[in-house]
Amino acid sequence: MNYKMMGRFCGRILLVEGVFMVPAMLISLFGREFASARAFLWSIGIILLLAWLLMWFGRGSKKKFYAKEGLACVGISWVVMSLLGCLPFCISGAIPNFVDAFFEIVSGFTTTGASILPAVEGLPRGILYWRSFSHWLGGMGVLVFLLAITSAGGGDNGFTMHLLRAESPGPNVGKLVPKMRKTAGILYLLYIVLTVLNTVFLLCGDMSLFESVCTAFGTAGTGGFGVRNDSIAGYSPYIQNVCTVFMLLFGVNFSCFYMLLIRQFKAVLKDEELRLYLGIVAGSVVLIVLNLKDFYGTLGETIRHAAFQVASIVTTTGFATTDFDLWPGFSKAILLCLMVVGASAGSTGGGFKCGRLLLVLKSLRRSVRKVVNPQKVEVVRMNGNPISEKVLQNTNAYLAAYVIITGVSFLLISIDGFSITTNISAVLACFNNIGPGFEMVGPACNFSSYSIFSKLVLIMDMLAGRLEIFPILILFSRTTWRHR
Amino acid sequence: MKIIIAGDGKMGATLTRQLSAEGDDLTLIDANPEVLESSEERYDVLVVQGNCASMDVLKQAGVKEADLLIAMAGADEINLLCCMTAHSMNPRLHTIARVRNPEYMNQIYAMRGMFALSMSVNPEKQVAEEAARLLRYPGFLKRDTFARGKVEIVELRLDEKSKLCNVALNDMNSIVKCKILVCAVLRKGNAVAPDGDFVLREGDRIFVTAPADTLTLLLKNLGIITRKAKRVILCGGGRVSYYLARQLVSSGVGVQLIERDEERCNHLAAILPGACIIHGDASSQFLLESKGISDCDALVTMTGLDELNVVISLYGTNCGVPQVITKLGRMDNTDMLDNLALGSVISPRELCCNTIVRYVRAMKNQTGAALTVHTIADGHMEAMEFLVDENTRHCGEPLKELRLKKGVLVVCISKGPRQEIPGGDSRFERGDTLIIVTDRERGIYQLNDIFE
Repeated sequence: MNYKMMGRFCGRILLVEGVFMVPAMLISLFGREFASARAFLWSIGIILLLAWLLMWFGRGSKKKFYAKEGLACVGISWVVMSLLGCLPFCISGAIPNFVDAFFEIVSGFTTTGASILPAVEGLPRGILYWRSFSHWLGGMGVLVFLLAITSAGGGDNGFTMHLLRAESPGPNVGKLVPKMRKTAGILYLLYIVLTVLNTVFLLCGDMSLFESVCTAFGTAGTGGFGVRNDSIAGYSPYIQNVCTVFMLLFGVNFSCFYMLLIRQFKAVLKDEELRLYLGIVAGSVVLIVLNLKDFYGTLGETIRHAAFQVASIVTTTGFATTDFDLWPGFSKAILLCLMVVGASAGSTGGGFKCGRLLLVLKSLRRSVRKVVNPQKVEVVRMNGNPISEKVLQNTNAYLAAYVIITGVSFLLISIDGFSITTNISAVLACFNNIGPGFEMVGPACNFSSYSIFSKLVLIMDMLAGRLEIFPILILFSRTTWRHR
Repeated sequence: MKIIIAGDGKMGATLTRQLSAEGDDLTLIDANPEVLESSEERYDVLVVQGNCASMDVLKQAGVKEADLLIAMAGADEINLLCCMTAHSMNPRLHTIARVRNPEYMNQIYAMRGMFALSMSVNPEKQVAEEAARLLRYPGFLKRDTFARGKVEIVELRLDEKSKLCNVALNDMNSIVKCKILVCAVLRKGNAVAPDGDFVLREGDRIFVTAPADTLTLLLKNLGIITRKAKRVILCGGGRVSYYLARQLVSSGVGVQLIERDEERCNHLAAILPGACIIHGDASSQFLLESKGISDCDALVTMTGLDELNVVISLYGTNCGVPQVITKLGRMDNTDMLDNLALGSVISPRELCCNTIVRYVRAMKNQTGAALTVHTIADGHMEAMEFLVDENTRHCGEPLKELRLKKGVLVVCISKGPRQEIPGGDSRFERGDTLIIVTDRERGIYQLNDIFE
């Protein structure tokens, strides 16, 4: 393990975090919330000091860096970033308990949006901003940001590929252009443009600037922290529809946007994952509308709520315009399935990912055909390109890890004695980075009733879900820490 | 610059390393996904799997936006087809193809037009030319020419009998009695840019800049016996040997060529009338002895196996062959081989890579690009030749008053027919050419880059 290099890396990430905390401090300062401004100042001081120490420790590191270090580095840096990111919550007294604050910021960085706060409207604005901004930073990934602004110390090395692979979701992550720095730059540019567009559309709906920006951050990262107690329910139908559209946009693979930009419209139209994603959304909306029947006054209102909730769950955002826990059983079942499916690969959303689902279904179909016709040789294709067996194997391994982690987490948090629906939906909501689940953790409730142990389990789930399991899993493997 | 490299073999990988270090946008095409994966992990490049002559694959690799295509696939025909196809898709594209088959060499100029090649490279032919040049001046391990052959940077190894051992560079002139400049010393794998007080030791490999006409004098004053090779043994009957044998035979040198494959021997005998083709295993000591290895003038090992070349060369040195030349195709780590008595080591990859890098740099800045680029000191340093033009700063100022970047050395100023090894009072004028030696990381792309 190249500890020095990893130290340097974590140092840089903390530096980025510290710099990004400055706007939150300024907002507190201008809002005359001096207590929270002081909390931010202290946090920034501590973070920068630690960043400097880590970079000092990592000076003169060797450039050699391999897959193992890359993965471990991503895992560790996310944990460290979260441990320090929750300092403003603790110091300002907004969330006095450290584990609660840790839960809240992990939920923010992993774009989960699960909260332990019963009410957010009374919180200082700086704190609210930091909560929402953590979604934005975590959505595209802080390492990708680092790759975009520096050469990450690797110069022309290819190891940065491991970092991108570890932090960008999807079974088959590739670069858009030959240079890593440009690729990361393009991703962030698209992300920023879409976020700004979202803010502008929200502003057109007479939302205040602060709320627009925070809501846009929550949407862009597919996070789900709102600035009001009732999430998006209190806003006008126009704003709700804007949110629906942008949530769906942020759940699309960003390489599709890049393809549009370089005028490869055909490739986007024929993209199988995009088709599956949109198909799932459309199908779910129709089924839920049919199932809800007269639940709301008008058909228009039903469609609006159904579309919003489906978009919110499938992209793993977790906003809500209505308490879907009160919906009939079939509609809830559909939402539960959507929780697992998740958004597209290469988007800011979480979940198992449509692309992976497609690969699993296709390799399953192949296996079935092989049973009928054992001599048949078949290659799994996606968008017409053959998929290598290695990718398929990884996808299947991912499925196995996904199921096992869900099961184990479910068992562990069941110790608290809540109902099965509550527990299973809590695990799914955290592991897939959604936010609200059903019953005790439904959209109208929160996670504060869980014990500290359960919260820690859920924190691990959120991190594992965001980083696609392996970067977190290898931190627990002994071979990672052994010398060669 | 956007560059596509078709074929990720030995040559392709060397180019990738070199060009990605220069900051170009690289896309690699290869049919084998495994080599692509390892390249992707090592360098910041985009990879595309497929046949490089197929339009779909080229399109996927972004040929429409590319500036340069370098075709390094295994077969000449694929390289030619690849360049032709790519050029038809993007007429602005520059193309470089590796063409190795000797049967195409006579028609290479015609083919450049037919297949839209901007340049063709033939690593084996370059190796043969390099070997032939070394054979002309025994005593030097490596020779790189500048200023149209008027100046050379030559490599010498100091053995225990050398007159230069334990001599400081300032005192060297009394021994060599001609104007030369030591521009780099390789000691135990580390390259050093020496100053006047630097003391040479046994085992050092020194790189000397000298006008071409002083080389004979230099060798004489150093006490190195130079007898022009009259009888040369070539091991291995590949393409390199063919080119070399043809060149040697035409200049009247006796050539014995040992090849293992009988059919290949018959073919060589047909196309090389003046050479003595021997069918046998070049690694067999008995065969080498019987062909008179102990009294030949030079031994050149050019089989396809690096290990075999090393072993045969060691044996040759042991037998007291005055000049040994070894070809190493794959081996990267010359540090490890440094202590072995292999004579001159020639690497086709390095030679060919230099040619292409020179072309790429010339493309990047059409004016002011280096006229010649050679890597010296096992790739640790680079020697470049530039023309002083109207854009060059500090014309006519004495060198001692210029502030050059650290690690940059002006080793020669050519003023028309006259070559000057510069001192502090030397100055350059428009129209002169300068030879600069610098370490690899410096990134000198045009002459003005050398100034602080």
